[in-house]
Amino acid sequence: MKSFIALLVARNKEFYRDKGSLAWAVLFPVMAIIGCTLVFSSEQNTLFSVGVLNDASTEQAPLLQQPFIKPIGYTTTDKALQRVKQHQLHAFVDVAKNTVWVNVQSSQGSVIKQLSAAHMPSFSVKETTGKAIRYIDWVLPGILGMNIMFGALFGVGYVIVRYRKNGVLKRLNATPVTAMQFLSAQIVSRLLIILTANTAIFIAAIVLLDLTMIGSYVSLFIVSVLGGFALVSIGLIISSRTDSEELAGGLLNLLTWPMMFLSGVWFSLDAAPTWLQALTDVFPLTHLINASRDIMLNGATLIDVTYECTVLGVMSIVFLAIGAYLFRWNH
Amino acid sequence: MNILDVKHLTKEFGKFTAVNDISFSIPQGVCFGLLGPNGAGKTTTIEIIEGIIPATSGDIRFNGTPITRDFNQHAGIQFQQTSLPDYLSTVEILSLFRSFYTNPLSENELIALCDLGEFTNTYATRLSGGQRQRLLLALALINDPSIIFLDEPTTGLDPQSRRRFWQLINRVKEQGKTVLLTTHYMEEASFLCDELIIMDHGQIIAQGTPDRLLLDHFDSSYISLNYSSGITREIINSSSIDPESVTWLEEKCLIFSAHIHDTIRTLIDLNVQLNDIQIQHASLEDLFLKLTGHSLRE
Repeated sequence: MKSFIALLVARNKEFYRDKGSLAWAVLFPVMAIIGCTLVFSSEQNTLFSVGVLNDASTEQAPLLQQPFIKPIGYTTTDKALQRVKQHQLHAFVDVAKNTVWVNVQSSQGSVIKQLSAAHMPSFSVKETTGKAIRYIDWVLPGILGMNIMFGALFGVGYVIVRYRKNGVLKRLNATPVTAMQFLSAQIVSRLLIILTANTAIFIAAIVLLDLTMIGSYVSLFIVSVLGGFALVSIGLIISSRTDSEELAGGLLNLLTWPMMFLSGVWFSLDAAPTWLQALTDVFPLTHLINASRDIMLNGATLIDVTYECTVLGVMSIVFLAIGAYLFRWNH
Repeated sequence: MNILDVKHLTKEFGKFTAVNDISFSIPQGVCFGLLGPNGAGKTTTIEIIEGIIPATSGDIRFNGTPITRDFNQHAGIQFQQTSLPDYLSTVEILSLFRSFYTNPLSENELIALCDLGEFTNTYATRLSGGQRQRLLLALALINDPSIIFLDEPTTGLDPQSRRRFWQLINRVKEQGKTVLLTTHYMEEASFLCDELIIMDHGQIIAQGTPDRLLLDHFDSSYISLNYSSGITREIINSSSIDPESVTWLEEKCLIFSAHIHDTIRTLIDLNVQLNDIQIQHASLEDLFLKLTGHSLRE
């Protein structure tokens, strides 16, 4: 325990004294948020996105056949309605109940009502209300998740590979320190760093951007820890053997880039093909972002995101076990 | 009583035999040198003993018993090349390494022992070569070990830092600790080592105390004379000096002799100018040259 604490403290000191990596950890997400706010502030949709249940027969809803309508499949009515409430869908067509849901607080609400009356006169129109979720509200859980991913993978991965390359690991191996003490200190140190940085960004976003945060802070924290743990463990696997920073960097990029684009950081995967959605389920980042977005935007509780938490927990344990098993002090 | 016994140690890397069936014993309290050129197998040997790399075959005993993982509580280790955590100061690195051991020396003892006082709060990256080596020595001494392994500790240091480091090692020896040192500096070996082995191509080619080794291999000193002294092959051939004992180099000649007094008298009789005469005893460097036929730093 004494060795663990000493290693943990030493690693934290090294991090905050290394001004380069400290600046990167804070500046990168801030720049990403500013970038998003600027680029997407005047977002215009020319199409109408209309939700429909996956198993519904769309032939009975002629509106969905129109060229200016983009149907998006959902598994549950609740989920689709939530999107309508948050202005992310223009309407939801419940084919089985001959009902169209529109949000009257949305600027296009009345347009879609008239379109529905014109194309599907037999359908009754039901109205719902809800404040629009701005893109920034939607994207911020993604950016926080992405920040956890980069911090976890590169932080742990690069540091261990560099230690191995320059002989720090070899020197530690010549002491009574065990691999478990060393690795757990690296993991905990990195988690502390990531969570501190994310908390700072989160508070700044709440204060400066009036961020939507409906769910519990504790739930969000727990999900972040689980996600961070799973991602740090992947970093351990990458850095378990090699002493080449180039190889480690290549592998880390190979992992982070698909996750950055396919885990729902920047855009919703609701409209993506099913096979792609299934594929993105293998990324821990997908589950981290899904769960935190659900908590922040929909006020989900930990029970609501049990699936995501379980997946992240299992991934953490499996990856950690593999990483610890593969770990070598020397190249 | 030997603190360390190495028997029939062999290490193969694929088809390459880095260490080839070597055996030696280190008595308690001596400074034991492993000498040899780069690639002789010194580092491989010392790292096998330290437990860093496994041996292909052979037996190593510490105080008569086989070495276990527990050995690193009793051994002090300084590798040839070690980087330290970048953003930690001298005293922070000491306290980090102290946390790994059950009965470490205090920071102040280590600072005094290894002359670290002038840079206790300096980051590792900003230390000079000599300061780094002293800090690494302090890390090797942190658990108050009975045996210390130093792998080429002064390579790359300037002569002044090297001398200072030697003084520290003598200080450590005075505490009764056993030191196993590898070096390719013959001067370092003759200054520090009580006993040594000379290695080349993974094998031991000579073993003993420095003085004993020189006595065994050289029965003579040599006279070095510039050609401005007037010495020529003709003069030597006309004299009682054995031509076989003379080596003709580019700028000077070396006359090996077991009877320096008589040889000098002969040279005076031959009217050779002795103003720039040098008389030298054979060094470990000469011994190495004689044993291997190539120079140590090649």
